[in-house]
Amino acid sequence: MRTNAPESSLLSARITYASRNLWSGFLAGIGFIAFVDEVVFHQLLHWHHFYDKSTSAVGLVSDGLFHALNWFATIAGMFMVSDLRRRNAIWPKRWWGGMLLGVGGFQLYDGTIQHKWMRIHQIRYVDNIFVYDVVWNVSAAVILIIGIMLIAQTGRLAKRETERDG
Amino acid sequence: MNMTGHHAGHAAGGHHDAGTGTLHDALFILLFLVLIGFYTVAANASKRRFNRWPAMRTICWILGVLAAAAALTGPLAARAHDDFVYHMLGHLLLGMLSPLLIACSAPVTLLLRSLTISSARRMAAWLKTRPVRLLSHPVTASLLNVGGLWVLYYTGLYSAMQHHPVLHVLVHAHMFVAGYLYAAALLCIDPRPHRAGYGFRAGILVLSLAGHGILAKVLFAYPPGDVPIAQAESGAQLMYYGGDAVDLILIFLFCLQWYKSARPGRRHKNASSPAIS
Repeated sequence: MRTNAPESSLLSARITYASRNLWSGFLAGIGFIAFVDEVVFHQLLHWHHFYDKSTSAVGLVSDGLFHALNWFATIAGMFMVSDLRRRNAIWPKRWWGGMLLGVGGFQLYDGTIQHKWMRIHQIRYVDNIFVYDVVWNVSAAVILIIGIMLIAQTGRLAKRETERDG
Repeated sequence: MNMTGHHAGHAAGGHHDAGTGTLHDALFILLFLVLIGFYTVAANASKRRFNRWPAMRTICWILGVLAAAAALTGPLAARAHDDFVYHMLGHLLLGMLSPLLIACSAPVTLLLRSLTISSARRMAAWLKTRPVRLLSHPVTASLLNVGGLWVLYYTGLYSAMQHHPVLHVLVHAHMFVAGYLYAAALLCIDPRPHRAGYGFRAGILVLSLAGHGILAKVLFAYPPGDVPIAQAESGAQLMYYGGDAVDLILIFLFCLQWYKSARPGRRHKNASSPAIS
């Protein structure tokens, strides 16, 4: 049971660390979905290939940068969660906004630019690839939009509170 | 020794001769025992003049030396000459895991503690000289480490190294030293005159990991030198996933350093130390 004073200090801690909540969720989101991508699509289903011959040079570079960033993001995102917890500044709604932004953004970038334009590898090596592409990219866009909505809502709240105090 | 099949020409190097192989292993094992001995003696001695030396650092040093030993002696070293997959396993151990563990054991700090005051001063001054600072800068160290691998596989150096023992030794020495400079520059466990910020180091870390991963996929697609396709493909995947495993430790330690330094209530590093006075 919280009294009024800690409640307002909780809110102010959340607002002070609003952007760290967003970044933490975002990094954890791309880290999480990259992990799912590797485990489910590469290793379990074997839908994706380690390398396919149609990959362009720019595709290899993009894929490499993307993979390294994801690996870093997974761990850095978790450490930022710990940091927010010890400051008692974790803001679940904003964190999830960042998380969904990361997941949706990752899937949409992977599904459009990397799979289609750079031709790194396809979702699955079958004839009706179009269906896979639509399901992949539409679901990514929906997740992305929910993330953006949560971020906008919490952002508005933070702005209102700081205006009232200041 | 397994000499059946491909690359019979490599026997000319003399490394495959059983007699020299044993001598080579014995010398290396002696060197590694001496290294472990020096470190533990120095760690014990430093207790008398300073605080206790953390046991974790000694464990890191021993594991680091053992990782290098696994790459440089015994069956792995012997097979690395004619099998790219074993060569790559050697790279993971000698060029990545061992240097990371050695960097965690804070060897420079221990050396500075163990020297006499005047020698320690001279060494600290040497560490501040321009060439040392240049080599230990995160950007230079990453280029030497990851860039060195690109040079190794795509300039003919890899094939040349298999025939010239001196080149072989130099390439492996470079692999370890560059790996150490890299891990030390990113983690900053030992004191250094100019420590780059976390954001900058995180950027260099991501870029260099990408350089390693991209190289692994390029090796998969375009085998270097006269490496058979099957060996190049398995070696490249070992490099990719094995590299990820070692990078996981590196990133974890990097984030842990940030987590400790960002502790709430901790003063800025330039402010006077509050607790001990």
